[in-house]
Amino acid sequence: MGSNYGKKKPIGRMIIMGIISIALYTALLTNQAIINNYVGRGGIYAFLPIVMAFIFSFVHGNFTGDFWAVIGVEAARKKKEVK
Amino acid sequence: MHDIAQTVSNFVDLNWMNMTYLFLVGFVGGLVSGFIGSGGAFVLTPGMMSMGVPGLVAVASNMCHKFPKALVGAIKRAKYGQVDVKLGIVLGVSAEAGVLYGAHIQEGIKKAFGDAGSNLYVSVAFVVILAVVGSFVLRDAWKTYKSGASNEAEKVTKIAKWVQSINIPGTMVYFKSLNAKISILFTIPLGFATGMLAATIAVGGFIGVPSMIYVLGAPSLMASATELVIAFVMGLGGSFKYAMHGLVDIRLSMIILGGSLFGIQLGAIGTTYVKPYMIKMVMGVIMVIVLFSRALMVPVYMSQLNLIGQLSETTMKSLKSTSFAIMIFALALGAFIILRAIWQGRRAEKLSAQEAVIHGKV
Repeated sequence: MGSNYGKKKPIGRMIIMGIISIALYTALLTNQAIINNYVGRGGIYAFLPIVMAFIFSFVHGNFTGDFWAVIGVEAARKKKEVK
Repeated sequence: MHDIAQTVSNFVDLNWMNMTYLFLVGFVGGLVSGFIGSGGAFVLTPGMMSMGVPGLVAVASNMCHKFPKALVGAIKRAKYGQVDVKLGIVLGVSAEAGVLYGAHIQEGIKKAFGDAGSNLYVSVAFVVILAVVGSFVLRDAWKTYKSGASNEAEKVTKIAKWVQSINIPGTMVYFKSLNAKISILFTIPLGFATGMLAATIAVGGFIGVPSMIYVLGAPSLMASATELVIAFVMGLGGSFKYAMHGLVDIRLSMIILGGSLFGIQLGAIGTTYVKPYMIKMVMGVIMVIVLFSRALMVPVYMSQLNLIGQLSETTMKSLKSTSFAIMIFALALGAFIILRAIWQGRRAEKLSAQEAVIHGKV
Protein backbone atom coordinates (compact mmCIF):
# COMPACT_ATOMS: atom_id res chain seq x y z
CA MET A 1 0.00 0.00 0.00
CA GLY A 2 1.19 3.46 -0.80
CA SER A 3 0.28 4.71 2.65
CA ASN A 4 2.95 2.87 4.55
CA TYR A 5 5.94 2.45 2.33
CA GLY A 6 9.25 2.60 4.13
CA LYS A 7 7.61 1.25 7.29
CA LYS A 8 7.69 -2.40 8.22
CA LYS A 9 4.38 -3.87 9.23
CA PRO A 10 4.45 -5.14 12.81
CA ILE A 11 3.36 -8.68 11.89
CA GLY A 12 5.58 -10.44 14.43
CA ARG A 13 4.49 -8.28 17.33
CA MET A 14 0.86 -8.59 16.30
CA ILE A 15 1.09 -12.39 16.35
CA ILE A 16 2.81 -12.47 19.76
CA MET A 17 0.37 -9.99 21.32
CA GLY A 18 -2.53 -11.81 19.66
CA ILE A 19 -1.48 -15.11 21.20
CA ILE A 20 -1.05 -13.56 24.66
CA SER A 21 -4.39 -11.81 24.29
CA ILE A 22 -6.17 -15.04 23.38
CA ALA A 23 -4.44 -16.78 26.30
CA LEU A 24 -5.62 -14.05 28.69
CA TYR A 25 -9.21 -14.27 27.49
CA THR A 26 -9.15 -18.08 27.62
CA ALA A 27 -7.80 -17.96 31.16
CA LEU A 28 -10.46 -15.45 32.16
CA LEU A 29 -13.36 -17.41 30.70
CA THR A 30 -12.23 -20.83 31.86
CA ASN A 31 -11.70 -19.62 35.43
CA GLN A 32 -14.82 -17.46 35.68
CA ALA A 33 -15.98 -18.90 38.98
CA ILE A 34 -12.68 -18.42 40.81
CA ILE A 35 -12.09 -14.93 39.38
CA ASN A 36 -15.64 -13.76 40.14
CA ASN A 37 -15.30 -15.11 43.63
CA TYR A 38 -12.22 -12.98 44.32
CA VAL A 39 -13.33 -9.85 42.42
CA GLY A 40 -16.76 -10.01 44.07
CA ARG A 41 -15.22 -9.83 47.54
CA GLY A 42 -14.42 -6.13 47.15
CA GLY A 43 -12.24 -4.35 49.70
CA ILE A 44 -8.57 -4.90 49.06
CA TYR A 45 -9.48 -7.23 46.17
CA ALA A 46 -10.56 -4.08 44.29
CA PHE A 47 -7.02 -3.95 42.96
CA LEU A 48 -7.63 -7.20 41.10
CA PRO A 49 -10.03 -5.94 38.40
CA ILE A 50 -8.04 -2.71 38.05
CA VAL A 51 -4.75 -4.55 37.49
CA MET A 52 -6.46 -6.97 35.12
CA ALA A 53 -7.90 -4.06 33.14
CA PHE A 54 -4.41 -2.55 32.76
CA ILE A 55 -2.87 -5.86 31.66
CA PHE A 56 -5.63 -6.57 29.13
CA SER A 57 -5.50 -3.03 27.78
CA PHE A 58 -1.74 -3.21 27.29
CA VAL A 59 -1.72 -6.59 25.54
CA HIS A 60 -4.97 -6.35 23.62
CA GLY A 61 -4.45 -2.63 22.91
CA ASN A 62 -1.11 -3.35 21.26
CA PHE A 63 -2.62 -6.25 19.36
CA THR A 64 -5.54 -4.21 18.01
CA GLY A 65 -3.24 -1.32 17.08
CA ASP A 66 -0.96 -3.65 15.14
CA PHE A 67 -3.95 -5.44 13.65
CA TRP A 68 -5.15 -2.32 11.84
CA ALA A 69 -1.58 -1.43 10.83
CA VAL A 70 -1.04 -4.91 9.37
CA ILE A 71 -4.24 -4.83 7.34
CA GLY A 72 -3.18 -1.40 6.09
CA VAL A 73 -5.55 0.95 7.93
CA GLU A 74 -3.30 3.69 9.23
CA ALA A 75 -3.48 7.36 10.06
CA ALA A 76 -3.42 9.88 7.23
CA ARG A 77 0.13 10.65 6.17
CA LYS A 78 -0.56 14.33 5.82
CA LYS A 79 -0.09 15.72 9.31
CA LYS A 80 -3.19 17.48 10.51
CA GLU A 81 -2.28 20.96 11.51
CA VAL A 82 -3.27 21.04 15.12
CA LYS A 83 -2.46 24.20 16.99
CA MET B 1 -24.13 -0.61 48.29
CA HIS B 2 -22.31 -3.40 50.05
CA ASP B 3 -25.60 -5.00 51.03
CA ILE B 4 -26.77 -5.01 47.45
CA ALA B 5 -23.50 -6.65 46.43
CA GLN B 6 -24.05 -9.41 48.89
CA THR B 7 -27.74 -10.04 48.50
CA VAL B 8 -28.01 -9.96 44.73
CA SER B 9 -26.32 -12.61 42.66
CA ASN B 10 -24.20 -10.18 40.73
CA PHE B 11 -22.71 -12.39 38.12
CA VAL B 12 -24.92 -13.68 35.33
CA ASP B 13 -24.17 -16.74 33.24
CA LEU B 14 -22.56 -15.76 29.99
CA ASN B 15 -23.42 -17.45 26.71
CA TRP B 16 -22.02 -16.91 23.24
CA MET B 17 -24.92 -14.69 22.21
CA ASN B 18 -24.34 -12.33 25.13
CA MET B 19 -20.61 -12.26 24.60
CA THR B 20 -20.93 -11.55 20.88
CA TYR B 21 -23.42 -8.77 21.59
CA LEU B 22 -21.13 -7.15 24.17
CA PHE B 23 -18.11 -7.48 21.89
CA LEU B 24 -19.93 -5.88 18.94
CA VAL B 25 -21.48 -3.04 20.92
CA GLY B 26 -18.06 -2.58 22.52
CA PHE B 27 -16.54 -2.26 19.05
CA VAL B 28 -19.03 0.33 17.84
CA GLY B 29 -18.89 2.23 21.14
CA GLY B 30 -15.09 2.19 20.97
CA LEU B 31 -15.14 3.46 17.40
CA VAL B 32 -17.33 6.40 18.38
CA SER B 33 -15.36 7.23 21.52
CA GLY B 34 -12.05 7.04 19.66
CA PHE B 35 -13.47 9.72 17.42
CA ILE B 36 -15.52 12.04 19.63
CA GLY B 37 -14.00 11.20 23.01
CA SER B 38 -16.95 9.38 24.54
CA GLY B 39 -20.02 7.33 23.76
CA GLY B 40 -21.26 3.80 23.85
CA ALA B 41 -22.13 3.70 27.53
CA PHE B 42 -25.71 4.74 26.91
CA VAL B 43 -26.25 1.53 24.94
CA LEU B 44 -23.97 -0.77 26.94
CA THR B 45 -25.43 -0.18 30.39
CA PRO B 46 -29.10 -0.81 29.46
CA GLY B 47 -27.91 -3.63 27.18
CA MET B 48 -26.23 -5.41 30.09
CA MET B 49 -29.27 -4.84 32.28
CA SER B 50 -31.47 -6.52 29.69
CA MET B 51 -29.24 -9.59 30.09
CA GLY B 52 -30.18 -9.71 33.75
CA VAL B 53 -27.14 -7.86 35.09
CA PRO B 54 -28.14 -5.72 38.12
CA GLY B 55 -28.08 -1.97 37.40
CA LEU B 56 -25.14 -1.11 39.63
CA VAL B 57 -23.06 -4.01 38.31
CA ALA B 58 -23.82 -2.87 34.75
CA VAL B 59 -22.68 0.67 35.56
CA ALA B 60 -19.57 -0.61 37.38
CA SER B 61 -18.60 -3.08 34.66
CA ASN B 62 -19.10 -0.45 31.98
CA MET B 63 -16.85 1.92 33.88
CA CYS B 64 -14.18 -0.72 34.30
CA HIS B 65 -13.95 -1.12 30.52
CA LYS B 66 -14.04 2.64 29.99
CA PHE B 67 -10.82 3.64 31.69
CA PRO B 68 -8.48 1.13 29.98
CA LYS B 69 -10.19 1.91 26.66
CA ALA B 70 -9.76 5.64 27.20
CA LEU B 71 -6.12 5.08 28.10
CA VAL B 72 -5.40 3.20 24.87
CA GLY B 73 -7.30 5.83 22.87
CA ALA B 74 -5.52 8.72 24.58
CA ILE B 75 -2.10 7.18 23.90
CA LYS B 76 -3.00 6.64 20.25
CA ARG B 77 -4.27 10.17 19.79
CA ALA B 78 -1.32 11.63 21.69
CA LYS B 79 0.84 10.18 18.90
CA TYR B 80 -1.06 12.42 16.49
CA GLY B 81 -0.37 15.42 18.76
CA GLN B 82 -4.04 15.85 19.69
CA VAL B 83 -3.95 15.37 23.46
CA ASP B 84 -3.53 18.10 26.06
CA VAL B 85 -2.57 15.92 29.03
CA LYS B 86 -2.45 18.81 31.48
CA LEU B 87 -5.95 20.01 30.62
CA GLY B 88 -7.21 16.42 30.74
CA ILE B 89 -5.81 15.82 34.20
CA VAL B 90 -6.98 19.17 35.58
CA LEU B 91 -10.51 18.60 34.25
CA GLY B 92 -10.39 14.90 35.17
CA VAL B 93 -9.66 15.55 38.82
CA SER B 94 -12.53 18.03 39.16
CA ALA B 95 -14.71 15.61 37.20
CA GLU B 96 -13.94 12.96 39.78
CA ALA B 97 -15.41 15.24 42.44
CA GLY B 98 -18.43 15.75 40.19
CA VAL B 99 -18.89 11.99 39.88
CA LEU B 100 -18.93 11.57 43.64
CA TYR B 101 -21.40 14.41 44.10
CA GLY B 102 -23.56 13.19 41.20
CA ALA B 103 -23.67 9.68 42.68
CA HIS B 104 -24.64 11.18 46.03
CA ILE B 105 -27.56 13.08 44.45
CA GLN B 106 -28.63 9.90 42.64
CA GLU B 107 -28.69 7.96 45.89
CA GLY B 108 -30.75 10.71 47.55
CA ILE B 109 -33.30 10.72 44.73
CA LYS B 110 -33.50 6.93 44.76
CA LYS B 111 -34.16 6.93 48.50
CA ALA B 112 -36.85 9.60 48.23
CA PHE B 113 -38.61 8.58 45.02
CA GLY B 114 -37.54 4.99 44.34
CA ASP B 115 -36.28 3.51 41.07
CA ALA B 116 -38.84 5.23 38.87
CA GLY B 117 -37.96 8.62 40.41
CA SER B 118 -34.28 8.06 39.80
CA ASN B 119 -34.95 6.91 36.22
CA LEU B 120 -37.11 9.96 35.60
CA TYR B 121 -34.35 12.23 36.91
CA VAL B 122 -31.81 10.55 34.61
CA SER B 123 -34.10 10.82 31.60
CA VAL B 124 -34.97 14.45 32.23
CA ALA B 125 -31.26 15.27 32.66
CA PHE B 126 -30.59 13.48 29.37
CA VAL B 127 -33.34 15.34 27.53
CA VAL B 128 -32.60 18.82 28.86
CA ILE B 129 -28.81 18.66 28.47
CA LEU B 130 -28.84 16.93 25.12
CA ALA B 131 -31.49 19.31 23.79
CA VAL B 132 -29.49 22.39 24.76
CA VAL B 133 -25.94 21.22 24.09
CA GLY B 134 -26.68 18.73 21.29
CA SER B 135 -28.67 21.14 19.16
CA PHE B 136 -26.03 23.83 19.68
CA VAL B 137 -23.19 21.51 18.61
CA LEU B 138 -25.14 20.19 15.65
CA ARG B 139 -26.13 23.68 14.52
CA ASP B 140 -22.53 24.83 14.70
CA ALA B 141 -21.31 21.83 12.66
CA TRP B 142 -24.08 22.31 10.12
CA LYS B 143 -23.28 26.04 9.75
CA THR B 144 -19.62 25.25 9.12
CA TYR B 145 -20.59 22.63 6.56
CA LYS B 146 -23.02 24.94 4.77
CA SER B 147 -20.68 27.94 4.79
CA GLY B 148 -18.09 25.99 2.83
CA ALA B 149 -15.49 27.18 5.35
CA SER B 150 -14.82 23.67 6.60
CA ASN B 151 -11.15 23.92 5.68
CA GLU B 152 -10.52 27.05 7.67
CA ALA B 153 -9.23 26.95 11.22
CA GLU B 154 -11.96 26.82 13.82
CA LYS B 155 -12.89 30.18 15.28
CA VAL B 156 -12.58 30.68 19.01
CA THR B 157 -15.99 31.64 20.41
CA LYS B 158 -16.64 34.99 22.08
CA ILE B 159 -17.14 33.38 25.45
CA ALA B 160 -13.84 31.49 25.11
CA LYS B 161 -12.07 34.73 24.20
CA TRP B 162 -13.54 36.29 27.32
CA VAL B 163 -12.51 33.33 29.49
CA GLN B 164 -8.99 33.54 28.09
CA SER B 165 -8.85 37.28 28.74
CA ILE B 166 -9.64 37.04 32.45
CA ASN B 167 -6.58 37.15 34.67
CA ILE B 168 -6.98 35.94 38.23
CA PRO B 169 -3.50 36.00 39.79
CA GLY B 170 -2.32 32.76 41.33
CA THR B 171 -4.80 30.62 39.37
CA MET B 172 -3.48 31.01 35.83
CA VAL B 173 -2.27 27.89 34.02
CA TYR B 174 -1.00 27.59 30.45
CA PHE B 175 -2.69 24.93 28.30
CA LYS B 176 -1.18 23.99 24.97
CA SER B 177 -4.53 23.14 23.39
CA LEU B 178 -5.74 26.66 24.04
CA ASN B 179 -2.36 28.24 23.44
CA ALA B 180 -3.30 30.53 26.27
CA LYS B 181 -3.28 30.86 30.02
CA ILE B 182 -6.64 30.49 31.72
CA SER B 183 -7.72 30.56 35.30
CA ILE B 184 -8.15 27.16 36.86
CA LEU B 185 -11.30 28.57 38.44
CA PHE B 186 -12.98 28.21 35.04
CA THR B 187 -11.93 24.61 34.54
CA ILE B 188 -13.13 23.40 37.94
CA PRO B 189 -16.88 23.94 37.37
CA LEU B 190 -16.60 22.53 33.84
CA GLY B 191 -14.86 19.40 35.08
CA PHE B 192 -17.35 19.12 37.91
CA ALA B 193 -20.29 19.34 35.49
CA THR B 194 -18.65 16.70 33.26
CA GLY B 195 -18.34 14.37 36.23
CA MET B 196 -21.88 15.00 37.41
CA LEU B 197 -23.18 14.19 33.98
CA ALA B 198 -21.04 11.06 33.83
CA ALA B 199 -22.51 9.94 37.15
CA THR B 200 -26.01 10.64 35.89
CA ILE B 201 -26.13 9.53 32.25
CA ALA B 202 -22.74 7.77 31.97
CA VAL B 203 -21.53 10.01 29.15
CA GLY B 204 -19.68 12.96 30.66
CA GLY B 205 -18.17 13.81 27.28
CA PHE B 206 -21.45 15.35 26.14
CA ILE B 207 -20.58 18.23 28.48
CA GLY B 208 -16.80 17.86 28.58
CA VAL B 209 -16.07 18.12 24.85
CA PRO B 210 -18.44 21.00 24.00
CA SER B 211 -17.27 22.96 27.03
CA MET B 212 -13.63 22.58 26.04
CA ILE B 213 -14.49 23.76 22.52
CA TYR B 214 -16.94 26.56 23.21
CA VAL B 215 -16.07 27.78 26.70
CA LEU B 216 -12.31 27.27 26.83
CA GLY B 217 -11.54 27.62 23.12
CA ALA B 218 -9.87 24.27 22.34
CA PRO B 219 -9.93 22.94 18.75
CA SER B 220 -12.43 20.07 18.27
CA LEU B 221 -9.72 17.49 17.60
CA MET B 222 -7.88 18.34 20.78
CA ALA B 223 -11.05 18.59 22.85
CA SER B 224 -12.27 15.15 21.81
CA ALA B 225 -8.81 13.61 22.37
CA THR B 226 -8.40 15.31 25.74
CA GLU B 227 -11.79 13.98 26.80
CA LEU B 228 -10.20 10.52 26.71
CA VAL B 229 -7.78 11.62 29.45
CA ILE B 230 -10.72 12.90 31.51
CA ALA B 231 -12.56 9.61 30.94
CA PHE B 232 -9.47 7.70 32.06
CA VAL B 233 -9.06 9.68 35.29
CA MET B 234 -12.77 9.55 36.05
CA GLY B 235 -13.16 5.91 35.05
CA LEU B 236 -10.18 4.74 37.09
CA GLY B 237 -11.44 6.40 40.28
CA GLY B 238 -15.03 5.28 39.68
CA SER B 239 -14.07 1.70 38.88
CA PHE B 240 -12.00 1.46 42.02
CA LYS B 241 -14.89 2.75 44.10
CA TYR B 242 -17.26 0.18 42.63
CA ALA B 243 -14.64 -2.59 42.82
CA MET B 244 -14.26 -1.90 46.55
CA HIS B 245 -17.87 -3.03 46.86
CA GLY B 246 -17.30 -6.06 44.66
CA LEU B 247 -19.65 -4.74 41.97
CA VAL B 248 -17.41 -5.08 38.92
CA ASP B 249 -18.10 -8.10 36.72
CA ILE B 250 -14.64 -8.25 35.19
CA ARG B 251 -15.75 -10.75 32.52
CA LEU B 252 -18.26 -8.27 31.12
CA SER B 253 -15.73 -5.43 31.29
CA MET B 254 -13.02 -7.38 29.49
CA ILE B 255 -15.33 -8.72 26.77
CA ILE B 256 -16.57 -5.21 26.02
CA LEU B 257 -12.95 -4.04 26.14
CA GLY B 258 -12.05 -6.79 23.65
CA GLY B 259 -14.32 -5.19 21.04
CA SER B 260 -13.82 -1.60 22.04
CA LEU B 261 -10.04 -1.66 21.67
CA PHE B 262 -10.48 -2.62 18.01
CA GLY B 263 -12.95 0.26 17.71
CA ILE B 264 -11.02 2.92 19.54
CA GLN B 265 -7.90 2.40 17.44
CA LEU B 266 -9.97 2.79 14.30
CA GLY B 267 -11.85 5.82 15.63
CA ALA B 268 -8.55 7.50 16.53
CA ILE B 269 -7.17 6.79 13.05
CA GLY B 270 -10.39 8.29 11.67
CA THR B 271 -9.70 11.66 13.24
CA THR B 272 -6.62 12.08 11.04
CA TYR B 273 -8.75 11.88 7.89
CA VAL B 274 -11.54 14.32 8.68
CA LYS B 275 -12.05 18.03 8.94
CA PRO B 276 -12.58 19.22 12.52
CA TYR B 277 -16.28 20.03 12.07
CA MET B 278 -16.93 16.31 11.53
CA ILE B 279 -16.21 15.67 15.22
CA LYS B 280 -18.95 18.13 16.11
CA MET B 281 -21.24 16.67 13.47
CA VAL B 282 -20.97 13.11 14.78
CA MET B 283 -21.31 14.26 18.35
CA GLY B 284 -24.32 16.49 17.61
CA VAL B 285 -26.09 13.81 15.58
CA ILE B 286 -25.68 11.20 18.31
CA MET B 287 -26.74 13.61 21.05
CA VAL B 288 -29.90 14.69 19.27
CA ILE B 289 -30.97 11.14 18.38
CA VAL B 290 -30.29 9.88 21.92
CA LEU B 291 -32.39 12.78 23.17
CA PHE B 292 -35.44 11.42 21.33
CA SER B 293 -34.76 7.96 22.67
CA ARG B 294 -34.75 9.15 26.26
CA ALA B 295 -37.71 11.47 25.75
CA LEU B 296 -39.80 8.39 24.90
CA MET B 297 -39.05 6.97 28.33
CA VAL B 298 -40.21 10.03 30.26
CA PRO B 299 -43.95 9.12 30.12
CA VAL B 300 -43.13 5.56 31.27
CA TYR B 301 -41.44 6.77 34.45
CA MET B 302 -44.04 9.50 34.97
CA SER B 303 -46.77 6.89 34.87
CA GLN B 304 -44.85 4.68 37.32
CA LEU B 305 -44.73 7.66 39.68
CA ASN B 306 -48.46 8.29 39.15
CA LEU B 307 -47.70 11.76 37.81
CA ILE B 308 -49.83 10.96 34.75
CA GLY B 309 -52.47 8.31 34.08
CA GLN B 310 -51.45 4.65 33.98
CA LEU B 311 -50.03 3.48 30.67
CA SER B 312 -50.94 0.01 29.49
CA GLU B 313 -48.34 -2.74 29.70
CA THR B 314 -48.06 -2.96 25.92
CA THR B 315 -47.59 0.80 25.53
CA MET B 316 -44.80 0.74 28.10
CA LYS B 317 -43.11 -2.22 26.45
CA SER B 318 -43.25 -0.69 23.00
CA LEU B 319 -41.96 2.66 24.29
CA LYS B 320 -39.07 0.89 26.00
CA SER B 321 -38.06 -1.17 22.99
CA THR B 322 -38.43 1.78 20.59
CA SER B 323 -36.26 3.87 22.90
CA PHE B 324 -33.56 1.21 23.01
CA ALA B 325 -33.71 0.71 19.23
CA ILE B 326 -33.27 4.47 18.68
CA MET B 327 -30.19 4.46 20.93
CA ILE B 328 -28.64 1.62 18.97
CA PHE B 329 -29.48 3.52 15.78
CA ALA B 330 -27.73 6.64 17.14
CA LEU B 331 -24.56 4.70 17.85
CA ALA B 332 -24.69 2.85 14.53
CA LEU B 333 -25.23 6.06 12.58
CA GLY B 334 -22.27 7.68 14.36
CA ALA B 335 -20.12 4.67 13.48
CA PHE B 336 -21.32 4.75 9.88
CA ILE B 337 -20.38 8.44 9.47
CA ILE B 338 -16.91 7.75 10.91
CA LEU B 339 -16.25 4.67 8.75
CA ARG B 340 -17.45 6.52 5.66
CA ALA B 341 -15.12 9.43 6.46
CA ILE B 342 -12.17 7.05 6.88
CA TRP B 343 -12.99 5.27 3.65
CA GLN B 344 -13.31 8.53 1.69
CA GLY B 345 -10.17 9.97 3.24
CA ARG B 346 -8.14 6.90 2.39
CA ARG B 347 -9.47 6.82 -1.16
CA ALA B 348 -8.55 10.48 -1.67
CA GLU B 349 -5.08 9.81 -0.27
CA LYS B 350 -4.54 6.82 -2.56
CA LEU B 351 -5.70 8.80 -5.59
CA SER B 352 -3.32 11.65 -4.85
CA ALA B 353 -0.50 9.16 -4.27
CA GLN B 354 -1.23 7.56 -7.65
CA GLU B 355 -1.29 10.96 -9.31
CA ALA B 356 2.05 11.80 -7.74
CA VAL B 357 3.51 8.56 -9.10
CA ILE B 358 2.17 9.27 -12.61
CA HIS B 359 3.53 12.82 -12.56
CA GLY B 360 6.81 11.52 -11.23
CA LYS B 361 7.16 9.15 -14.18
CA VAL B 362 6.31 11.86 -16.68
